Amino acid sequence: MALRIGCAAAPGKARDNKTGSWRVFKPEVDMEKCILCGTCILACPETAVSEVDGTITFDLDYCKGCGVCAAECPREAIAMIQEEK
Amino acid sequence: MVDKSLELFDCGHRACGGCGPAMLARLMLKGAGEDTIVVASTGCMEVFSTPYPETAWKVPWIHSLFENAAAVASGIEASLKHNNRTEKVICICGDGATFDIGMLCISGAFERGHDITYICYDNEAYMNTGIQRSGATPYDASTTTSPAGRLSTGNNRPKKDLPQILNAHGASYVATASVAYPMDVMKKVEKAVNTPGACYLQVHCPCSTGWGFDGSKTIEIGKQAIESGLWVNYEMENGELVRAKKVRRVPVDDYLKAQKRFRHLFKPQPNTEEIAKIQAIADANAEKYGIDIKLD
Amino acid sequence: MMQIMEGSHAIAEAARLCRPEVVSAYPITPQTHIVERLADFVADGDLNAEYICVESELSALSVCLGSSAAGSRVYSATSSQGLMLMAEVVFNVAGMRQPIVMSIANRALGAPLSIWNDQQDSISLRDAGWFQVYGEDVQEMTDLHFIAYRAAEQHNVLLPGFVCFDGFILSHTYEPVDIPSQEEIDAYLPPYVPYNKLDAKAPLSMGMYATPDYYHEFRYELDEAMTRSADVISAAGKEFAEMFGRDYSGHIENYRMDDADVAFIAMGSLCGTVKDAIDEMRADGIKAGLVKIRTYRPFPAKEIAQALAGVPKVAVLEKNISLGSAMKGAVGPEVKDAVTGTGIDVYSYVVGLGGRDIRKKDIRAIAALAEKGVGNTFYGLRTEVL
Repeated sequence: MALRIGCAAAPGKARDNKTGSWRVFKPEVDMEKCILCGTCILACPETAVSEVDGTITFDLDYCKGCGVCAAECPREAIAMIQEEK
Repeated sequence: MVDKSLELFDCGHRACGGCGPAMLARLMLKGAGEDTIVVASTGCMEVFSTPYPETAWKVPWIHSLFENAAAVASGIEASLKHNNRTEKVICICGDGATFDIGMLCISGAFERGHDITYICYDNEAYMNTGIQRSGATPYDASTTTSPAGRLSTGNNRPKKDLPQILNAHGASYVATASVAYPMDVMKKVEKAVNTPGACYLQVHCPCSTGWGFDGSKTIEIGKQAIESGLWVNYEMENGELVRAKKVRRVPVDDYLKAQKRFRHLFKPQPNTEEIAKIQAIADANAEKYGIDIKLD
Repeated sequence: MMQIMEGSHAIAEAARLCRPEVVSAYPITPQTHIVERLADFVADGDLNAEYICVESELSALSVCLGSSAAGSRVYSATSSQGLMLMAEVVFNVAGMRQPIVMSIANRALGAPLSIWNDQQDSISLRDAGWFQVYGEDVQEMTDLHFIAYRAAEQHNVLLPGFVCFDGFILSHTYEPVDIPSQEEIDAYLPPYVPYNKLDAKAPLSMGMYATPDYYHEFRYELDEAMTRSADVISAAGKEFAEMFGRDYSGHIENYRMDDADVAFIAMGSLCGTVKDAIDEMRADGIKAGLVKIRTYRPFPAKEIAQALAGVPKVAVLEKNISLGSAMKGAVGPEVKDAVTGTGIDVYSYVVGLGGRDIRKKDIRAIAALAEKGVGNTFYGLRTEVL
């Protein structure tokens, strides 16, 4: 693809970089404990946590496994599980 | 009221896991909204968010040099003003770009009173180039250019009080915040972009890589900084302190022990003299901003 | 309209007529009269622009960059120390492909501090990616501003440009000058249409960083734009000639070169003195000629080679010094390269640094030195102070 002069680019291409590959630990949520306070959604530096149909969902394409969501959950509903690679 | 559900900072950026500045990038755009032009300085955030052609920014964004974001923003603001455009102009710069190399440009921009919001993501050192000391590095923090050693206890100068300096420039709104309290960050960003004139927001962004703690603890460390009194969240409007976050203050020790950059103060024994000096800084902050919750 | 005007004020008129939306410049001798006159225009409503009193030259050009990126035509001016202070931004603006036009009142560089004229400042930044044009007199330096904007903003160029003129000698001299009307300039110079623009309606990230996979090619594209700019500057000059009757379409201009035995190369106001000296020499039977360089960047190697064909000796008058280089001047090596393989002798003479006067007799003396094969040297040293 031809260069855009001025080293410029339109939004969107960051998504080509699937940072999920960085992960060692993966978040898993226990929806029994979750109160849908939204803390994890707001805290995630990757915008990888969202609520989908009443369930906390992790975008594993981009989740780096940093563990902030688990650390901040007021109900300790999120656990960081070591992934099998 | 801006739509805070919008995600204007994309996935796929290359920040460290648990990165404080990455949290701020998201929050800042939620507070500012789509009608925003962002001016970045060279630094961690610029580098992890824009390796050509992968940009994580969904709003117009420009990066020029390390030191001149405030001047570039001044120019954008002038052009927008001339053409009656509505976009808000925000600078997002690290403490290195803001406290040190960018002092010239930020002082000029604030003295001229451009209608811009300057947000400093304060991770207290030049992180992108490998953790070197800046004017925002706290007293006794060990960095690669102010390392603890046999003859040194780390950075031997107090943190520059830049909010007060910009307050003295006549800034309409000066505030500090922390990614540990994300709702507060969004609120302050929204307030700043809607306050005419030059506004400054300094946001504490703990850096797991630079400060030496596990990436999951970014928010926890941020809260500890505030509870120790070493970081104060406050707001100044037209020169007057109008609000400061009150805390049930705890001694600085736990905050210091939790980070590798201060751990030299506890080995082989606690360096009581130096720790007392840091405690004195916290005590002075508490006094100055009235942050202690008094239980009568 | 024909008027007698101080050079600086003529430039201020040119800048005004180009309708910049933002003017951002830091005062520095000998450019100050330009920015002061522009401030008057704005204060009196004669120029509808944001006038930004920046706190340094670094900020002056950075403000211009921001305004340009947001879609405004901008104007700035500087000199010497100011140009060096903003040098980082100069490279940055070219890489960002912002078509900023900046007047350079050529002045010597310290240390030692000097406020007087030579061309060290703009020549020192010849590698930065700005095209550079040099004016010989007040009329030319004024007109070159219109041509510069017209060329810079073409989407197949999008390069910033320096319009250079000798500080004090041209900036502070009163000469008769024809200032076009606003209607005429509006017809010549259309409104600025940016290529990349900061606009919330069409978000773009500008000035991203380039890894080794991309940087080389970005710089190549910059060089290609510089190469294309030669024809675009010429075309802009031709259009100007058609409208205003003054022809600056040549990157060089020959004066009495036809059967020259010795050719001078010079830029800027010095050309006037050289032409007078040539007339005297010709009257005395010395066949001298001048190749005046108007466009220094991109370097008009082909044109210079053509002009110098068959001329045995070339004396490059250098109002600069490239310290440590074999020829001492910066222009000489590129002239020599242009005629490589032809057997033409090219010599550089460092003259007039820091405002030292150059007189017709100096030009004649240099011709004699070139004749003898003595060159690549300082000319006119005051040996009594050495």
